[in-house]
Amino acid sequence: MTNTESEFEGIHLLKGNYAAAYAARAANVQVVTAFPITPQTLVVEKISELVDSGKMNCEFIRMESEHSVMTGLIGASIAGARTFTGTSGQGLLYMSEPVHWAAGTRLPIVMSIASRGIAPPWNIWADFSDVITQRDSGWLIQLTATHQEIYDSILMAYKISEDPDVMLPSMVAYGGFILSHTSKPVDMPPQAEIDAFLPQIPDQGWEHIFLDAERPMMHGALIMPGDFYQEFRMKIQLAQIRAKDKIKQVSKKFGEKFGRYYGNGLFEEYNSSDAEYIIINCGEIAKQMEIAVDSLRKEGYKVGMIRLRTYRPFPSSELVQAVKHAKIVGVVDRATAFGSPTGGPISTDVRAALQDDPNTRNLTVVPFINGIGGRDVLPEEQRGQFETLFHVLDKGTYPKTKDLMDKTYWTGTIDRRDS
Amino acid sequence: MGDWRNICKDKDTRPEVQQYESWKELPPIPICFPAHASDTGSWRTVRPVTNYEKCTKCGFCYLYCPEGTIHEGKDGYYHVEYDYCKGCGVCANECPVKCITMVLESDAQEEIMND
Repeated sequence: MTNTESEFEGIHLLKGNYAAAYAARAANVQVVTAFPITPQTLVVEKISELVDSGKMNCEFIRMESEHSVMTGLIGASIAGARTFTGTSGQGLLYMSEPVHWAAGTRLPIVMSIASRGIAPPWNIWADFSDVITQRDSGWLIQLTATHQEIYDSILMAYKISEDPDVMLPSMVAYGGFILSHTSKPVDMPPQAEIDAFLPQIPDQGWEHIFLDAERPMMHGALIMPGDFYQEFRMKIQLAQIRAKDKIKQVSKKFGEKFGRYYGNGLFEEYNSSDAEYIIINCGEIAKQMEIAVDSLRKEGYKVGMIRLRTYRPFPSSELVQAVKHAKIVGVVDRATAFGSPTGGPISTDVRAALQDDPNTRNLTVVPFINGIGGRDVLPEEQRGQFETLFHVLDKGTYPKTKDLMDKTYWTGTIDRRDS
Repeated sequence: MGDWRNICKDKDTRPEVQQYESWKELPPIPICFPAHASDTGSWRTVRPVTNYEKCTKCGFCYLYCPEGTIHEGKDGYYHVEYDYCKGCGVCANECPVKCITMVLESDAQEEIMND
């Protein structure tokens, strides 16, 4: 690509946050509401800059809180607009109530999340715990690993969310600072090709809801227990289940059109098809784990890694197929789910998913938690996670290290009195 | 019942949520028209009553009503839709000529009966 005329086409060095802003521009979003919060602020700051300089044609509304940010987008989306915003950590927590409302109203809002640790103590660095708090809201959740993937995932998110069989909002998450504030080349396709890839924004609003001043209507009004409340919630779960196939299809179409594939859209496999030891990981540290896989492969260990991209809907049956030949499975979380069976959200889900199939029911799943609050995770630490799997499989016991707490390895834990 | 996608576009053919027989036919979210959902019911304590001899048709009550229950009639006067009025009294408070009084529901009912 040598297109130097446009800053929006071809390969450009972009911060992760700018990749998110440029993707929103490329998706022709019509309404963006904004409230600043580290490390997301650059997303909406860039959009405000683009709108101000006439390079982006959308309604940019400054709000007084994240709660209002999402409420504003709900209003805009009900009116039929394509909508976008970004948030992080505490902002997402404050937004939580309308986050659930957006999914319940089945609005195809897309939101980028520069993930950060939850306070207290204050923390602004990479940690998916913020997204995990909205896990059960009904939103589709993508965990991305590269700058390019942020850009591509936001484009794909509109196509998935606006599908009439899905009609659920999407979050596209990436690690705060590690991706949000570092720069990498991002290849942006020509606008005409993006326009052809994305669905048309309907003139009359989304199929199930529309604004017509002549015929005012209410939505989401009170439903008595004996009426269809349970059934409307069933429809959200049904849309989540259907979304799995849509994600696969959209990811495939995206690859065919733009030449970039992200596994099957649900997860990306790295040397796992013949692996005996498989670790399921997510986000940018999963991308880095490829180094550990390569070095162990060179030494003859049959290791592999699966990078989970789609956290909701959770790809249970697909994961069963992807790990059923393994002798042992490890799951790495860069997030906490306090009080859950493992303390890590994804490892808990993986155990539940593998339990569902006789081929994987007896697999040992070793939970790891690392990099909490943006702590560095180096390839050596990730190599150590595989070595723990070797030990558990060989000896049949969990090695007692300083990192072990109630059958979960919190790797990288500081213990200067280590005996 | 047919496809909700068709039903959704037309007020007259759209059924009430309660009329559906299977959840599979339901639209993704419950939608209803205000007439069926925001009816005030029987709990209103006081209602606004306009003295049309004093009314100047200024439209303040129409502008201030937080529920949008006041409409301009063909006669140019403003009328309250009591089905939706919550009896908050904002209109009576804002009326510049003080031609709206808040009347106890029991008294208003009695008056209607006597008429």
